[in-house]
Amino acid sequence: MADTTTLDQASCEQMTMETLRNFPEGRNIWTCIQCGLCAGTCPYGEHMDYPPRRIIGLLREGMLDEIYKSDSMLYCVACYACKAKCPRGIDLTGILLPLMKEQVLINHPELPAELQKALENMLRYGNPMGESPRKRAAWVKTSPVPVRILSEDPTPTDVLWFVECYTSFYPRGQENCRATAKIFNRLGTDFAILGNEEKCAGECGRLSWETGLFTTLMEYNMQIFAKYKFNRIVTSCTHAYDAFRYRYPVLGFAYELEHTTPYFARHLDKLKPLMTKKLNYKVTYHDSCCLSRHNGYYDGPRTILESLPGVKLVEMTHNHVNSICCGGGGGGMWLDTYYKTKGFERLSERRIKEAIATGADVLAVSCPYEISRFEDALKVVGGDNKMIVRDVAELIAEAIE
Amino acid sequence: MKILVILRMVPDVIEELEVASDGKSLDSEFLRLIINESDNHALEQALLLKERHGGTVTALALDGPEIDDVLFTALAKGVDRAVKITGVEKGLTTRRVASVLAQSLPAVANVLPADMILTGCQAIDDLDGQVAPLLTQALKLPYLGLVTKVNVNPPAARASVVREFSGGVRGEFDVPMPVVLGIQAAEKPPRYVPVAKVRAVMKSARIEAVAAPGAPQAPAVDIVEMKKPEAAGRAKMIEGSPEDVAAKICDILAERGLL
Amino acid sequence: MAQSIWVLAEQWRGKISDATYEVLALGREIADGLGAPLEAVLLGDKVKGLAGSLGAADTVVVVDHPSLAHAGPENHGELLGRLAKQRQPLAVLVPMTNVSWDIIGSLPAQMEMPFVNFCENVEASGGKLTARCLLYGGKMQATMAPEGAAIYGIMPGARQAEKGKVEKSPAVEEPAITPVEPTVKFKNFIEPDAGEIDITQMDVLISVGRGMQNEDNMGLAEELAEALGGAVSGSRPVIDQGWLPLSRQVGKSGATVKPKLYVAAGISGAPEHVEGMKNADLIIGINTDAQAPIFNVAHYGVVEDATDVLEALTKAVRAKKG
Repeated sequence: MADTTTLDQASCEQMTMETLRNFPEGRNIWTCIQCGLCAGTCPYGEHMDYPPRRIIGLLREGMLDEIYKSDSMLYCVACYACKAKCPRGIDLTGILLPLMKEQVLINHPELPAELQKALENMLRYGNPMGESPRKRAAWVKTSPVPVRILSEDPTPTDVLWFVECYTSFYPRGQENCRATAKIFNRLGTDFAILGNEEKCAGECGRLSWETGLFTTLMEYNMQIFAKYKFNRIVTSCTHAYDAFRYRYPVLGFAYELEHTTPYFARHLDKLKPLMTKKLNYKVTYHDSCCLSRHNGYYDGPRTILESLPGVKLVEMTHNHVNSICCGGGGGGMWLDTYYKTKGFERLSERRIKEAIATGADVLAVSCPYEISRFEDALKVVGGDNKMIVRDVAELIAEAIE
Repeated sequence: MKILVILRMVPDVIEELEVASDGKSLDSEFLRLIINESDNHALEQALLLKERHGGTVTALALDGPEIDDVLFTALAKGVDRAVKITGVEKGLTTRRVASVLAQSLPAVANVLPADMILTGCQAIDDLDGQVAPLLTQALKLPYLGLVTKVNVNPPAARASVVREFSGGVRGEFDVPMPVVLGIQAAEKPPRYVPVAKVRAVMKSARIEAVAAPGAPQAPAVDIVEMKKPEAAGRAKMIEGSPEDVAAKICDILAERGLL
Repeated sequence: MAQSIWVLAEQWRGKISDATYEVLALGREIADGLGAPLEAVLLGDKVKGLAGSLGAADTVVVVDHPSLAHAGPENHGELLGRLAKQRQPLAVLVPMTNVSWDIIGSLPAQMEMPFVNFCENVEASGGKLTARCLLYGGKMQATMAPEGAAIYGIMPGARQAEKGKVEKSPAVEEPAITPVEPTVKFKNFIEPDAGEIDITQMDVLISVGRGMQNEDNMGLAEELAEALGGAVSGSRPVIDQGWLPLSRQVGKSGATVKPKLYVAAGISGAPEHVEGMKNADLIIGINTDAQAPIFNVAHYGVVEDATDVLEALTKAVRAKKG
């Protein structure tokens, strides 16, 4: 089942189709018992011609060509559900599936237009929206507390806060930024951001086909990190967390690393006396795929939420390791139109209905994609008068007066 | 088929454009250049023609910032040869670009005569001329612009080409070859090329460099002043949340009898 | 003969285009400002009868010949080059439209004159002409003052077409000059799909651009259009992507529309689009970029994500309608 991987593990980034069998994680793929738990648990498994089980079957027979010509791999949203359920602990999501996707891209590079644009924008502008990189730190002007930008003031800092794209550019994401800055400030954290020098960590490019793009972004970010002195990186984005933890080590990344939610959980004793405003919310928490299922991190956010004054926590039908992905990973963020043309139900809509069924007022999340995906889904299912979506950081900030 | 594609870089307007201290040119500190959109379509059209009819495609551009990336990307997409013309003054206006190209093409081995020369039919910085038709005049070739479809039947020496008019009306033309076509849009959107492929090409392929034979023969154009547009009437901005804005717009519409 | 200001009279499918009248209005001002005569140059096949409607000019120079049926560098451009060398115009004003596009491109070489593109205005002052040009998709304005005779590409909307329609009979000249038969041969027109909505007839257009991000969001525009009794139109990129059919395109290659309400959602407002909608009665621009040129032509502007505003507006409209 889901194991908490350690930082000593070989970087996922090191393995290629050719070198797979040189690594224990690679060799593990061949121990598949064809049980089909992966296909059964995959949120889009019913639509795939080649779920992980079949891929491994074909891999053993040396018949991968037919996968390369199919668009089945486009339905994988990199949610780690298959990896979590695999009785052999095969790293499907982190190793096998990205390699398959990469080959599919090489073999038929006709990507759905929106995904193509996102990848091109990531390469050119360092963010998938295609916004000018010089606007990445524009949100800082709206911050209620000072936020130091390292390129302007390179004094060493304790925390390098890696903000990421959706949080920096997307208006709802900027509320998360303001909340996070406020929390850091109240905790007395010594923090700074890269500002306009920051570029996407590249995880979604990586998990959706584009190793070359990922390598380019990774090389760039490592070079920027080398310019400054800091003790640890804390990031608002769960995908960036995964990229830094599992892939960047191939280029020597060895910084201490945390996502904001675990960071805040670790400082809960200092936050509790500050969180004085009674929120009076019934909250349900959506376990983010990267942070929770992939990294085994379930309790921290719940502990935070339960310490918020006036908050009652309820669980959705599918929770913890069984949580259903919002559909944003692996390129899914830019494939909604494509999935619609295929007649698939949007995963965020499937999940939001579960959330609404709990009777909660607030859906709490930890991943920047989830805010936009779930708020959108709420509108589509007509639930936007019943429920709001908030990042854990926003809730903490709201409780701090 | 032997196809030549001419690529050019234009200012990337995603970035905020600023005026330089001389008051008549673009500030280059944060200026980024991007491939001219219709040139990118011309490249795609050339590759489509190659896929259909075989032959070779050469991509050619004037040397300048960010051009290597563009030429390597073209090679990764399937172009056979990439050539850049070096020793060219920076910041040439389009008329002078056309002049340099006209002089340089004959100096590049094996690129003329081409069956088709494809390039974009317009660009956002065409202040003193459009490159394609001016180049055509210099090369004494026929030209058709605003092209959205190209049908060839090699070895026939003519092609059937669709051009846009207005109101959604298009026209079908019969053109001789060799010909210069100003592409408005390729038959398919420009393809994606994996970054890994471009990186591999950067290691394995070469961009040929050919020195421009001389200075541009066209006159320089004199910009008196450049500035951000002062709108004669700028829009009245409506502030607030989408709901606030919607309410205010409804009021405006009601006032005008539209609601 | 006196040197004059030239206006290239554009005719298409038997009619003088609106763009021609706009340029004539401008030409008249310039000619009066320089104290020079204004000449409209009309080339085509069976176009002589149209000369009478160009009364804003003092003289119409007509060359009527089958080879001139379709404007291109080989026939029109070449002929104009010869005429210009004979008659030495002080300035040549050309409408920037798809029909005249290719000639605009070749004339600078054929007339051996400098060219000034994207002109939104040209003024005569002290015997010289100064042009104001919009560059980089409308994001910058350049002022040009060429020495001597030059060709000016005039953007649609520089003047009101009505001002260029004058009830006067101009003198008509038919120079003895024979055009060259072009090697680029016109075959036939391809009409847009019939049975579709004619956006030029709609009172309300909800127009979408790249800022709508993906095809899914078309639904938001459609809902608003329906709520207001209008139709959805779009800028070129949206049509190129296949989100809307060609018949819905507004702009240079598409339709020119004059609805009572034009909502530009996620449209930057580049000149090629603006020329197709600038005369709408009420223009509301919605774009996340506060610097987007659309706000220079819109009556009201909103700096917000278009998808959010369209959604909220549909709700509000439906609520008001009850």
